[in-house]
Amino acid sequence: MAVKPVHVGQRIKRREDPRLIRGLATYTDDLKLHGMLHVAFVRSQYAAGRIRSIDTRRALAMPGVVGVFSFDELRGKVGPAPCTALMPGMNFVPYPLLADGRVLYVGQPVAVVVAKDRYGARDAALEVEVEIEDRPAVVELEAAMAQGAPKVYDELPSNVCWHAPAEPNSKLDALFASADGTLSLRLVNQRVAPLPMEGRAIVAHWEDGPQKLTLWTSTQTPHGAKQQVAMCLGIPELRIRVIAPEVGGGFGCKIPTYAEECLLPWLSRRLKKPVKWAETRTENLAATTHGRGHVEYIDAAYRKDGKLLALHGKTIADMGAFASMLGPAIPTFTHLLACGPYGVQAVSWEIIDVYTNTMATEAYRGAGRPEAAYIVERVMDEIAKQIGLDRVEIRRRNLLTKDVFPYTTPTGAIYDSGNYEAALDKALARFDYPRALAERDCRREAGELVGVGVATFTEICGLGPSTGATALDRRGTWESAELRVEPTGAVTVMTGASPHGQGQETAFAQLVADAFGIGLDDVTVVHGDTDIVTHGVGTFGSRGLVVGGTAVHMAIQKIVGKAKRIAAHKLKTTEDRLDFSGGFFTQPGAEWRLGWAEVAMAAHLWNDPVPGEEPGLEAVARFEPTGTTFPFGVHFCQVSVDRDTGELVLERFLSVDDVGTVVNPLLADGQRLGGIVQGLGQAWCEEVRYDENGQLLTATLMDYAMPRASMFPRFELDMTCTPSPLNPLGAKGIGELGTIGATPCLVSAVLDALAPLGVTHLDMPLRSERIWRAIRDAQAGAGR
Amino acid sequence: MIPAAFEYKAPATLDEAVRFLAGTSGAKVLAGGMSLIPALKHRLAQPPLLVDIGRIPGLDGVSASGGQLRIGARTPHAALLAHPALAEAPVFADAAAVIGDVQVRNRGTFGGSLAHADPAADWPAVFLALGGEAHAVGPKGKRSVAADDFFVGMLQSALADDEILTELVLPLETKRAGAAYLKLRQPASGFAIVGAAVQLRADRKGRIDQIRIGITGVNAVPFRAKSVEARLIGQSPDPAALRTLCAQIDEADPTGDLHASAEYRRHLAGVFVARAVAKAQGRAAR
Repeated sequence: MAVKPVHVGQRIKRREDPRLIRGLATYTDDLKLHGMLHVAFVRSQYAAGRIRSIDTRRALAMPGVVGVFSFDELRGKVGPAPCTALMPGMNFVPYPLLADGRVLYVGQPVAVVVAKDRYGARDAALEVEVEIEDRPAVVELEAAMAQGAPKVYDELPSNVCWHAPAEPNSKLDALFASADGTLSLRLVNQRVAPLPMEGRAIVAHWEDGPQKLTLWTSTQTPHGAKQQVAMCLGIPELRIRVIAPEVGGGFGCKIPTYAEECLLPWLSRRLKKPVKWAETRTENLAATTHGRGHVEYIDAAYRKDGKLLALHGKTIADMGAFASMLGPAIPTFTHLLACGPYGVQAVSWEIIDVYTNTMATEAYRGAGRPEAAYIVERVMDEIAKQIGLDRVEIRRRNLLTKDVFPYTTPTGAIYDSGNYEAALDKALARFDYPRALAERDCRREAGELVGVGVATFTEICGLGPSTGATALDRRGTWESAELRVEPTGAVTVMTGASPHGQGQETAFAQLVADAFGIGLDDVTVVHGDTDIVTHGVGTFGSRGLVVGGTAVHMAIQKIVGKAKRIAAHKLKTTEDRLDFSGGFFTQPGAEWRLGWAEVAMAAHLWNDPVPGEEPGLEAVARFEPTGTTFPFGVHFCQVSVDRDTGELVLERFLSVDDVGTVVNPLLADGQRLGGIVQGLGQAWCEEVRYDENGQLLTATLMDYAMPRASMFPRFELDMTCTPSPLNPLGAKGIGELGTIGATPCLVSAVLDALAPLGVTHLDMPLRSERIWRAIRDAQAGAGR
Repeated sequence: MIPAAFEYKAPATLDEAVRFLAGTSGAKVLAGGMSLIPALKHRLAQPPLLVDIGRIPGLDGVSASGGQLRIGARTPHAALLAHPALAEAPVFADAAAVIGDVQVRNRGTFGGSLAHADPAADWPAVFLALGGEAHAVGPKGKRSVAADDFFVGMLQSALADDEILTELVLPLETKRAGAAYLKLRQPASGFAIVGAAVQLRADRKGRIDQIRIGITGVNAVPFRAKSVEARLIGQSPDPAALRTLCAQIDEADPTGDLHASAEYRRHLAGVFVARAVAKAQGRAAR
């Protein structure tokens, strides 16, 4: 008889938080090693140009300066920086660890100063004289594609990094030809900064004695960093230990292994001292990867009943000045998820990755899927407008029904499971949509600008099958778990899904505690150290629980299997007659029961050897997913707009999400709140901006507008549960859905608020001036 | 924070502080540090010496008597949110509530904000609208500067480098009088894209017979909208008339930036002045 789970499904507070909140945690920048030197970078002030000279004499003469290095010292010895997304036929130029005679964007590392303290390093970096002959920069994405545009790389035929033309699609052509209506949209998904609270930070320590490098780095993928640094420096992986201590957020920008992560180990090896660098916030905004940066041209064909038939898209994606580790591949997700939760018959897509003289783009919470959701949601609203249909009704007519799963989209995505209408119905009831519309209309009568927004969405999570992995990755996208049982029955979990704020230490402990009938305090979760967790992949693509948690589950099963054999031996029965639940081994019909701790002790004590078994109780498992998961959800919101100033007020926001099985609803709420706010931040205020010369205008938090708590109402959260059939937990992944659904939802609401004035289009972010201009222009148009 | 090197002194008396300031060219006063520390961090300021006035007694506090408010220069913004002495002057809560964030409001100071003279800070508009005097002490002793003479340039007050702002003395008019401050926040910094402070008095028929309007965020220097003041004297405008009367601010000379164009700022200034006047009228009528 199964015992009701004690921990799984409970709102258990994060076990990580007490140490984080009380300042007892160790982040990379907290490390102090004996003899440690400090690194400061000299970064390009120009977006494009040729380096005439680098004069380090003044800097070298400053007190405490140990060395100043530029590309000349690296040439032929180390580099380039890792890029694993080498798309077929891509125009690729390797990216050096320091600028190799030319600069490509503002913030590119040109030289590096090493000094005895952090202040001295910064002072000296300002004394390095870099003479750059600047040249015209190309900043604006579409301008970069124009004939005669300045080129980021002279040696390439153009600024196109990768071009995947749309494949001929006669079905699509026929659908467009026979459609009752078509529409075209140009949509901008502006460039934003991931902005983790903790910036990048690195400590590298090469020790000549053991011939070993220890690299502490704030990363989402410590094992990836180990492998990439090994390749870059030509050091065997066995000689590298990467530690990701506390990682204060990543949102995708800490997936790649950066030039700095390769350069510091090289410096440590060269100087035979530990070296540290922690970026400033301005360095974070200038030289940590950005996200999004898409312009999309969309054509849609629909039937007069509102059914979306076919989509043709062209994604122009801003790569920035170099191909980051995954950057060139991210737009393929936009294509893959183009249909959203809707039954679309044909899709064709063209992708153009373009170089510009700006910081590189990379995965950012959602990575290609927010762009896709934004596209198809804007299309839905547009069709609704054109045929005069309610925006919820048009979605209902297009949503895939629950009987079609598993469902393969025309873009090749295989949706594992879904029940979209149930989520929509729940959201409609919770939001009281008819009443919200009535209230909107009533307030409109009184002269207010009020709007209601809706978004229904799905996304691809639990990344994923390793079939896409290349030799450059040196690993697939499985995940590992190792469980070691102590003689007391306490369990140490080693997970390769190294977290950066997700709460694995809590959620995985819940799984393990319930499995063995022990308390949370009897479980410790270890992560982020490649010498302890010997193999792993990392946390990204909403995979922590789905892939990492399943690996834990698999390891649990292995341990339970052996524990049953030990218990059976002790009880002089056979394992197949034993049940194990709630911490006890029982046999139907028998009076006795045997506790977990006794079996754990027996496994270690081994004074009564079990034939055919080794002593001890531990297991290693790797989970290779057979497919990806597709969580989904429905977001509603209500806004008002100040017609005189363009100011936007978000009055309500409801999120009904389905992420399959939820292990910890409190963590799930946290993931949703954070994601929703981040998604609303893009819709509302966030944007990385460069001027026409490629100077970064949003180089501090005084100018880069992060969303603030004061902007938001109390969020209304609810859920439905459609487990995934692809993993034994039934989990689907939750990390990214907020940035996928919330963004189009807010835009939908603001466009609805302005619709009575005749405003039909707005681009993000919905800054008050942009809204004010739209109102003013619409009123001027109406007055003509 | 990785600033350039600097010396640091934390004197116990004003005299000592003034001596330190006078003795080192380029020395800066450190009060709450909410503007100075970021400037040091970005090396926009590299003063050789910081003179921390945090340990000098008598620089903070609020009192009201004889129709005057006295506010110590080092009084933190948060203390002005709900101070009993300011019960008749809700304009202080208007402004204090929209400055920066909780941390800034707790650390940043009223006098520090005025002395720094940031063109988008909130208090300068309030000071201009209320009028009154700033009291300072320097090597030559004490002096006072009228509100209208206080802001002289971009990030420049009338104080000399070796003078320390000690107290603000402001008229507290309550009979048929009201004041209000409203702003549009710059979404990243929280400073004012436009901020308008209005102090007005009405006659028995509800007509405005005294008015001062201070505006921040628009020009390089906070200023009084005297053109609008003149237009409103003798009027008791309804909201629509008010909008028209405030729409044109002759003194406004906005420049555009990342967050608002000049055109938008000019428009907003009219909107916020009109709204602040209406709010002040409402308070005057109570």
